[in-house]
Amino acid sequence: MDIQDLATDIPSQGEHAVEGIEFITSGEQYLTFLLASEQYAVDILCVEEIRSWELPTKIPNSPSYIKGVINMRGIIVPIVDLRVKFNIGEASYHETTVVIVLTYQAEEASRTIGFVVDAVSDVLNVEATEIKNSPSFGGSVQPQYVEGLINVGKSVVTLLNVESLQQVEKHALNN
Amino acid sequence: MSVDLSQFIPSFLEESFEGLELMESSLLNLQPGDHESIHSIFRAAHSIKGGAGTFGFNSVTEFTHLVETLLDEMRDGRREVAPNDVEILLTSVDCMRLLIEAARDDEDYDQEKVAQTTKKLEQTLSVNSDDNSTVQAASENSEQTPAMAKYNIHFVPEHNLAKTGNDPLFLFSALAELGELTIKAVTSELPALTDIDPQELYLSWNLTLTTEATIEEIQEIFEWVEDECELKITQIDSDKTTNKDVSNEEPEQADTPASVTTSQSSDNNVEQVNVLSERASKEQTAKPKTKAKAEVGSIRVGVDKVDNLINLVGELVITQSMLSELGNDFQMDKIERLTSGLEQLLQNTKELQESVMRIRMLPISFAFNRFPRLVHDLAIKTGKAMELVIKGEQTELDKTVMEQIGDPLVHLVRNAVDHGIEPADVRLANGKSEKGTISLDAYHQGGNIVIEISDDGGGINRQKVFAKAVEKGIVEPNAMLTDSQVFDLLFEPGFSTADQVTDISGRGVGMDVVKRNIQSLGGRIQVESTEGKGSCFKVHLPLTLAILDGQLVKVGSETYIIPLISIVESLQVDNDLVNRVSGDMALYRLRDENVPILPVYQMFGLKTEYTSIDNALLVVVEADGQKVGLMVDNLLAQQQVVIKSLKENYQQVVGISGATILGDGSVAMILDIPGMIQMALAHAQNKRHNTPHNETSLENTVIGEYS
Repeated sequence: MDIQDLATDIPSQGEHAVEGIEFITSGEQYLTFLLASEQYAVDILCVEEIRSWELPTKIPNSPSYIKGVINMRGIIVPIVDLRVKFNIGEASYHETTVVIVLTYQAEEASRTIGFVVDAVSDVLNVEATEIKNSPSFGGSVQPQYVEGLINVGKSVVTLLNVESLQQVEKHALNN
Repeated sequence: MSVDLSQFIPSFLEESFEGLELMESSLLNLQPGDHESIHSIFRAAHSIKGGAGTFGFNSVTEFTHLVETLLDEMRDGRREVAPNDVEILLTSVDCMRLLIEAARDDEDYDQEKVAQTTKKLEQTLSVNSDDNSTVQAASENSEQTPAMAKYNIHFVPEHNLAKTGNDPLFLFSALAELGELTIKAVTSELPALTDIDPQELYLSWNLTLTTEATIEEIQEIFEWVEDECELKITQIDSDKTTNKDVSNEEPEQADTPASVTTSQSSDNNVEQVNVLSERASKEQTAKPKTKAKAEVGSIRVGVDKVDNLINLVGELVITQSMLSELGNDFQMDKIERLTSGLEQLLQNTKELQESVMRIRMLPISFAFNRFPRLVHDLAIKTGKAMELVIKGEQTELDKTVMEQIGDPLVHLVRNAVDHGIEPADVRLANGKSEKGTISLDAYHQGGNIVIEISDDGGGINRQKVFAKAVEKGIVEPNAMLTDSQVFDLLFEPGFSTADQVTDISGRGVGMDVVKRNIQSLGGRIQVESTEGKGSCFKVHLPLTLAILDGQLVKVGSETYIIPLISIVESLQVDNDLVNRVSGDMALYRLRDENVPILPVYQMFGLKTEYTSIDNALLVVVEADGQKVGLMVDNLLAQQQVVIKSLKENYQQVVGISGATILGDGSVAMILDIPGMIQMALAHAQNKRHNTPHNETSLENTVIGEYS
């Protein structure tokens, strides 16, 4: 390879590198997922892991959206079906049904809960200014679970508030 | 010094509390002329003082210094050990504990008590000692104005001072930081050059310090060398050239000695009683606070236990590497080796689990240690003569259980003293020895620990208890009760048969709390009593809270675990013994008793094919004296399960005490038997409130399924 070729190669490699860095650093990152055809997002830092659906052990006399508990490496993790909770779509369980396990570090203790969703779609980079307030016309998702809306291309993603999602004991009161 | 001392405070506190315990137990066992004990008490006090000084807990240092001075006199044989002194020292130990706790929590302490004890200590000291060193007198004066003062310090170290790692030079430079210092060395003691041991110190010093610092601050510098030197600190004021300990005496001290020497003996007795009753009331108010603190903490583990663990982990690693080698290029002919390897792994894991659990196990002497003192105090307070016999103090118990069983045990012992042991004259009249005996015993019994608190007192008066229960409306006057049923009435809320309410016991709060505490630990309490001979309270506790012996049962698709301790028996229903009474309530005749049948599938809303009571499997369980038969589909294995909290990531669930992970990795719920009984009761109440026409309610549909 002669010197000339090398010289033309370098800048293009540099461009790639810059692109990569930009991808990592801009704004906050959110994990988006699907409930029926609607897109939702949660702060990616709260995501503990994404698991495939497995049959949980039932908790007696619990609300219908609590599917039960599973064993995640020795930790007992409750499973909440967000589709039932938010009353969106059909709660069916097949190969692409996944459980997003979220951990939220509250002041006293952290909580780990798994949420059943239809599919995980993407990771979004969003600046804080891009998060818009949700109009309070009200869908079936109670307003305290919604942190804001994010416009992605032509579609709108609902950003969920992980803290209030984790407060299971308050769920019952809200329903 | 640039070292951050605060990191050592927790270990100082731990050691101090241990030291206090040692002081207390040695004091209680102190025999006249027992120098070894006095020495160990002194050493404990001394290290507390030293440590407290280092961390700047001045109140502790000052107080402990007084105690130490008294002990020092006893140690040197300058003072006889009188029973009175022991009492004062015991009270002082309490005060020291108070002060240290106050210093730890940065909170106020019972100043009055400390002041009283200080006064008493000073009185005791002043009675016997004219030869009080200037040092000691000086330290008693805590108030000092921060004006410039001039001190003369005469410092004569012992020859071996340097060998103990102390260097006078450091002391002097520390002094120089306080103010202007002039140092004059006294060389008169210097031996001839040929006789000099280069490692010894022959010099002494006269220092003059002009400073704003108080005498305590100067003293603090000499803290560590105090016992290895002769130290005299005198204040030379510019206007008055008097000795400090004369000029600065507290008013209180100035006027007490005269009155004390005349009326000391009678005075002391009165005061002592005051202090004791004060302690009793204090103990009650202070308890919740100490409990909250006790939850975080460290644990001391014997090296042998740790070594054992390391050995086991070593074996585990060997087994693991053996198995993974087997796994590389596995052929069916090696299956035998695989099975034996897995067996070995099972063995290792079990042993490892046991050893880890053993780390949390402490000998019950930790809980028993406070009783000699308690009984000693109560004996003085009630005027009854008694002795305490402790057996089985090496029996091991989980730390958490131990922490929570302490208070109930105290209550039971207090009761034994107050209600159990009779006054000496009554005892003599009944042909017993004058001295009552209270014994504490602990032993293991099939996976449980049993703690027995027994006394050889009057026993429980069956009639009296029964009459009282009738009076309170707890039982019907014509009810036929067995002895144990009668004794169980003692644990009813608000029940007390003491004719007289004393501040030790008798208010009727307590026994129900005792029972509840024991039950919350998964244990139970049993009473045996023979009138005239004495009573025995037996507390059965699980060895640990983290592991539970359980019976696995199947209901529908779910597996549940019933704690083995609550199971009375398991049986297959004999259809002839099922009765439907008072509005379709299913009862099972178990010998004489009628046991309500609770179908678990209904309570938990599960689907199962086993809905008929005919020939169903019943697990008869008991909680709070109530037996119920849980109807399950199938009985599976019995096994030990590790309890995991549901509350951590979810919330408390009625009827479920926790969850566990089974061998196949799935989660199973552990049934909470008292909770389930409550649940069934609430259910039944709802049913009664419902109108008969309310067909859609859960209860009615459920009943429909029965018939």
